[in-house]
Amino acid sequence: MTSGETTTAAGVSASMATSETRVEPRGAKPKSLSPARIGIYAFLIVAALFFLIPLYVMVVTSLKEMEEIRLGHLFNLPATWTLQPWVDAWLHACTGRDCFGLSPGFLNSVKITVPSVLISIGLASINGYALSFWRYRGANLLFGLLVFGAFVPYQVVVYPLIIALRDIGLFSTLIGIIAIHTIFGMPILTLLFRNFYAGLPIELFKAARVDGAGFWRVFFYIMVPMSVPITIVAVILQVTGIWNDFLFGIIFAGRPNWPMTVQLNNIVNTTQGTRLYNVNMAATILTAAVPLAIYFISGRWFVRGIAAGAVKG
Amino acid sequence: MIVVAVGVYVVGIAFTFYWSFTNSKIFPSFQLVGLAQYRRLWSSDRWLVAVNNIWFYGAMSIVSALVFGYLLAVFMDQRIRQEDLLRSIFLYPFAMSLIVTGLVWQWILDPNLGINETMHSLGWTSFHFSPLVDPDTAIYGLVVAAIWQGSGFTMAVLLSGLRGIDAEIWRAAKVDGIPTWRTYLFIALPMMRGAVATAFVFQAVGAVRVYDLIIAMTGGGPGISTNMPAVYVISMITSSQNAGQGMAAATMLLLPVIAIVGLFFFWQWWSERRETAR
Repeated sequence: MTSGETTTAAGVSASMATSETRVEPRGAKPKSLSPARIGIYAFLIVAALFFLIPLYVMVVTSLKEMEEIRLGHLFNLPATWTLQPWVDAWLHACTGRDCFGLSPGFLNSVKITVPSVLISIGLASINGYALSFWRYRGANLLFGLLVFGAFVPYQVVVYPLIIALRDIGLFSTLIGIIAIHTIFGMPILTLLFRNFYAGLPIELFKAARVDGAGFWRVFFYIMVPMSVPITIVAVILQVTGIWNDFLFGIIFAGRPNWPMTVQLNNIVNTTQGTRLYNVNMAATILTAAVPLAIYFISGRWFVRGIAAGAVKG
Repeated sequence: MIVVAVGVYVVGIAFTFYWSFTNSKIFPSFQLVGLAQYRRLWSSDRWLVAVNNIWFYGAMSIVSALVFGYLLAVFMDQRIRQEDLLRSIFLYPFAMSLIVTGLVWQWILDPNLGINETMHSLGWTSFHFSPLVDPDTAIYGLVVAAIWQGSGFTMAVLLSGLRGIDAEIWRAAKVDGIPTWRTYLFIALPMMRGAVATAFVFQAVGAVRVYDLIIAMTGGGPGISTNMPAVYVISMITSSQNAGQGMAAATMLLLPVIAIVGLFFFWQWWSERRETAR
């Protein structure tokens, strides 16, 4: 594959991620409301309700008391508002015998996500840079493998990795899970950065070479400052991807380092006795809060990020 | 470093493949047993149910997400107000973990809590809608959750495909008096093959590796009715401690992904060759 062929799946997504497509529909907005337009809006509003109702149900249920939840009336607003479920979810909800709520899971997720994101993006940008400008034998084969690697289901390689990490003593450690996230972020991130750098004018690079700048100088003084947009996309992609990860967390992190998603699932699906739906829903919203916050803050950037990263995960 | 990362994939897949021919239990064994693991795999009820399920779930979730996603994209393309707001609404589930999605829908479909109970308390006592407790219908619940989570993304991909079509085409179709819906179906859709293929590949690969959603929503139950291949692989490695069997299943899991990605590359190569031949 050459740099001209950016129509592969990853190429499509990377070009979606980096280039502006037409964002406005054709023509001016019609002023009057014809029956057809009412139909259009009706469809869109019904669709919007389908997407919004689960979130609404979660929020109102998390603010109700258990007696009220038992009555049914899923869609009603709380008769008596309470924030206690949120406090319980954060501090007191039980997984097995431990009742510390989700806060340890939150801290673990931060401890896993921050280093994984920084290391994987740092390495991937260097790799993408090397792949885009320094052509060497086998680069094409490597590129093909990267595309394939981005699609391989994680379950296929989980067992060999368990054995490998156990042999080097990193199984069930924080370093182990960070290494796993870094390695598995590598294919898609490298493709992302490679496609971005390959789209930059080659003259830029040549001029710097003529002026005597080496591989690393070109990278740090020219490439890194120009990579801000693609880095934002990569950060969004990695933070949401790693935060939302469940499989690697439950297998590789080890009980003391279990991320928030794993603890959430344990709190909800392994409780004995009465199910505290309000606490569970508060816990669920808390777990979704970080990626949702990123989503609403980053807006359009997010669409590009997930478009680039939908192959992951 | 990149060599290390790619090496991990290649070596990992190689070991998975090799161990699928051994009698590995919790620890890997290098004693070859030929195809015994595959024979046992294909006579295991749990695996056969899982394979059946993935076909059904895959077909249902891919087709519905594409159809619903394209409908949303087309309606979004009608010069509507509040496009950004609607886009945010359609897409936000995609930002959330599949664990969260699974739990949310588990509650919505819970017979004692969700829609079912709500309808009862509103006086409609004969109403019966609780797909997750019945082995025959539980998988439909999973499909609904998958549509909720994934069709916003399909919408985004297809909408950017729609917007990439030359405005001249639309004008020409209008001049020829072709109804709008036919333009969308028979002219626009074939022209945005790339976007459709991308959306399809992402949905298909996502379906093959579906794991979190099952764990959070049904745990594979009731019974084994919503077991999936990816769930089977992990449970063989962890709870059943039968790694050889798990590796055989993992190797099977790799086949559809190779087929999908291979098909995609072939299609790309083929349409490129056709373009240059013109």
